[in-house]
Amino acid sequence: MTATSLAEAQVIAPTSRAEAVDAFGDGSGVTVLGGGTILMPEMNYGRLRPERVLLLQNAGLSGVVRNGSSLTIGAMTTVAELEQAPEPLGTAARNVADHEIRAQATLGGNLCVHAGGATPRGDLQAALIALGAQVTTAGKGGERTEPIEDFVAAPDGRLLLEVEFEEPTRSGYAAAHRPHAHAYTILAVCATETPAGLRVGLSGAGRNGLRARSVEDALAGGASAEEASQKALDDAQTQDDALASAWYRQRLLPILVQRALDDLGGGK
Amino acid sequence: MRLTVNGQQHDLHSPPLTSLLTALREELDITSPKAGCHQGGCGACTVLVDGEARRSCLVSLAAVNGATITTVEGLGTADDLSPVQAAFDEHYAAQCGFCTSGFIMAATALIDRTPKAGREEILAALSGHVCRCTGYIKIVSAVEAAAKGDVHPEQVEPSFDPEEAAVLIPGSPA
Repeated sequence: MTATSLAEAQVIAPTSRAEAVDAFGDGSGVTVLGGGTILMPEMNYGRLRPERVLLLQNAGLSGVVRNGSSLTIGAMTTVAELEQAPEPLGTAARNVADHEIRAQATLGGNLCVHAGGATPRGDLQAALIALGAQVTTAGKGGERTEPIEDFVAAPDGRLLLEVEFEEPTRSGYAAAHRPHAHAYTILAVCATETPAGLRVGLSGAGRNGLRARSVEDALAGGASAEEASQKALDDAQTQDDALASAWYRQRLLPILVQRALDDLGGGK
Repeated sequence: MRLTVNGQQHDLHSPPLTSLLTALREELDITSPKAGCHQGGCGACTVLVDGEARRSCLVSLAAVNGATITTVEGLGTADDLSPVQAAFDEHYAAQCGFCTSGFIMAATALIDRTPKAGREEILAALSGHVCRCTGYIKIVSAVEAAAKGDVHPEQVEPSFDPEEAAVLIPGSPA
């Protein structure tokens, strides 16, 4: 059931995490409104007429908590607040849109967003996949925690609560952007090194952020950065879209993977 | 929904998911925020929400219930322009004027949070604002002047040299 006018929508504004989880339930018929940068245009243009809207801004889900080298970031934390987050997340956040949008857009929206206008969205996904982030969500069956790459592949029916990761020892970032502030990133590659090993995350190489396991495995097996970079094509699901063709992305991807790995080697 | 807009309190009757932009323009008749793209991409609808620049098209009324909103109407008057307004006037930083309100609000917020903002900071802060007349150079000059406090509100008349105009537009009757 979809409402036919905005006036018919029921707006629920929980004031605590527990209330938000309770109001979300199993997620059926619920539209979650975070910062509004993704859903407001849908409503402004009449493409979305939600029945029940969960307005999260007062639900106590924002903020960054550091505990030693571990960071826990609430779903409603704005992208602007992440500009100073550990790399490569900080760089990815600074590359999102412009000042006003970053101040409004949230981490949760960036991870739950679907490909829009046939363009992959979610610039922060590559960074958080590379950081090995764990995502805690609520929904059918209660709360659960899972690797972020699994969550972004199927975010429907879950209420994102928080993201947790360990600060890496080194990080690398490489991306291709169009010059306009509001163009989504064509392709972004993030790499991190932690005591547990090396991880590579991709944004723009598929409908959602992807983990480049083939690259990680090749490097662990002793391949050079150049050889391992080519393996990223095994993990990619590149598509034609408004920003770039799949053909172009396939040629760009190994180059950006190698640049991110080189950036990592730089000891940042 | 209750808002304080330019110092005046209003009880609004638009549905809670109406954009702040639509509510300001259509319910309150405050028309300086311009309806450009309705999707956050042009910057023309930028207003201050509790002192911070926000795209009013991306904010639902429900999300700003109780907030204080400032638009260009709340900055200065024709006889008493705000420093940013005066700088825009002095530097002739408006052409068709459609983007001007958004630029002025974003620049006002920038100078409020970074009083001595330099050119790079200004470019970064205004990067999401589009001027389709492409009059960016004069806009950035105006904001630089306002940030430096180099504004002379008494000289509100732009200087106009007919001979210079004739050079710029050969054959022009000016």
